[in-house]
Amino acid sequence: MSHEDYYHAADLGRFAELATGAPDLWKKFQSWYDAVFAQGALTSREKALIALAVAHSVQCPYCIDAFTTSALEQGSNEEQMTEAIHVAAAIRGGASLVHGVQMRNHLERLGM
Amino acid sequence: MAVLPTLQKQRHPLASGAAQRRRLTEVRLPRSFETALEATGLYPLRPRSTDILQINIGKKCNQTCGHCHVDAGPDRTEMMPAPVIDACLAVLAANHIPTLDITGGAPELHPEFRRIVREATALDSQVIDRCNLTVTRLPNYRWVPAFLAEYRVEVVASLPYFQGRQTDAQRGAGVFEDSIDALRELNELGYGRPGTGLLLNLVTNPVGAFLPPAQASAERDWKWELERRHGIAFNRLYTITNMPISRFLQHLEEKHQTEAYLERLVQAFNPAAAAGVMCRNTISVGWDGTLYDCDFNQMLDLPVASASGNILDFDAAELATREIALGPHCFGCTAGGGSGCGGAIS
Repeated sequence: MSHEDYYHAADLGRFAELATGAPDLWKKFQSWYDAVFAQGALTSREKALIALAVAHSVQCPYCIDAFTTSALEQGSNEEQMTEAIHVAAAIRGGASLVHGVQMRNHLERLGM
Repeated sequence: MAVLPTLQKQRHPLASGAAQRRRLTEVRLPRSFETALEATGLYPLRPRSTDILQINIGKKCNQTCGHCHVDAGPDRTEMMPAPVIDACLAVLAANHIPTLDITGGAPELHPEFRRIVREATALDSQVIDRCNLTVTRLPNYRWVPAFLAEYRVEVVASLPYFQGRQTDAQRGAGVFEDSIDALRELNELGYGRPGTGLLLNLVTNPVGAFLPPAQASAERDWKWELERRHGIAFNRLYTITNMPISRFLQHLEEKHQTEAYLERLVQAFNPAAAAGVMCRNTISVGWDGTLYDCDFNQMLDLPVASASGNILDFDAAELATREIALGPHCFGCTAGGGSGCGGAIS
């Protein structure tokens, strides 16, 4: 298995093949997924921006492509999308940094 | 303003409608447009009525926008001759078609633009001018805004975004600033202002290979942003999908995005939009009088499938029975909220 076996943009279009083997679970996922992204207490535009930020946080290339398009189609612009991924990056960076308190706790336990 | 040569001037293969049709049919899609229509009971697609006569009076334009399906530009010389103009006006009168939609190119560059507007107005037609805004900044065309106001012409003006960078990326450097100046002048004349009856509608095409946003929410954003940033008011925002034709097709080809974009259009097929496509209530007239189902078919050299193929032998009854000519590009009008010259469909 080589690097070329992973992450082809065209593979996103084959997502529904996941129905093979577990059609009922796929159906449930699809229906839940559609409901999640429908307009609700949050607008579809807000949801697309959240999804774009999360896609960067989980570093899913398929999701990044899909939600870049989706955010544009929901009317967001490049500035708004870039700010959204900064939010994701800040939470990721902050999450690393806040663990420094854990480090400090353990330092205290070990130190004199 | 940076103005690029048209595809025709470059002798680009995609300058030909036949070459564009060939390229589009090469793309392997999950289903054809005809199949998609069949599933909704709309195939074969037929007209409902002729409410709009859309006349493309010439391909000359002072801009060469990156998404232009006409391949319009300063180097184009096609202009609708006087006998064809006369025939269009006669058809308008004889068939009581309520709306004359004048497009191009920049239609105001046609030497007979004013005559067309005057005569169509005298017939009590609703006249629409598809204006690129910047034409009104040219020294010899400063008369345009006041003339349009005098004849109460509905202005449908192109502005892809409420910010300069995106607008200039699609339409050329400096276009945004000139467009804002033109919109201010139209507002000063009463266009887009409540109580004047002077309609100023804006058209936005996405700046790239994606679908336009929902029209109603985009309109709210635009009204807020254009008022806040520039003190500009307008009536309606029309969101129009970029068609994979001419210069936008060339752009897709250069970016290797033709397949992905067409697949996106197919994936977003909306049966409700299909029922309301503009070709069902519009006849499009080419500069030489040839009749088409829409301006997109016109640029693909795909004329009406009817014995009444030219405005000079216009036969409303014959045209009413025609089957509308279709192709893969038609997915552009049925994707998402749908798209036509009047914006979203559903």
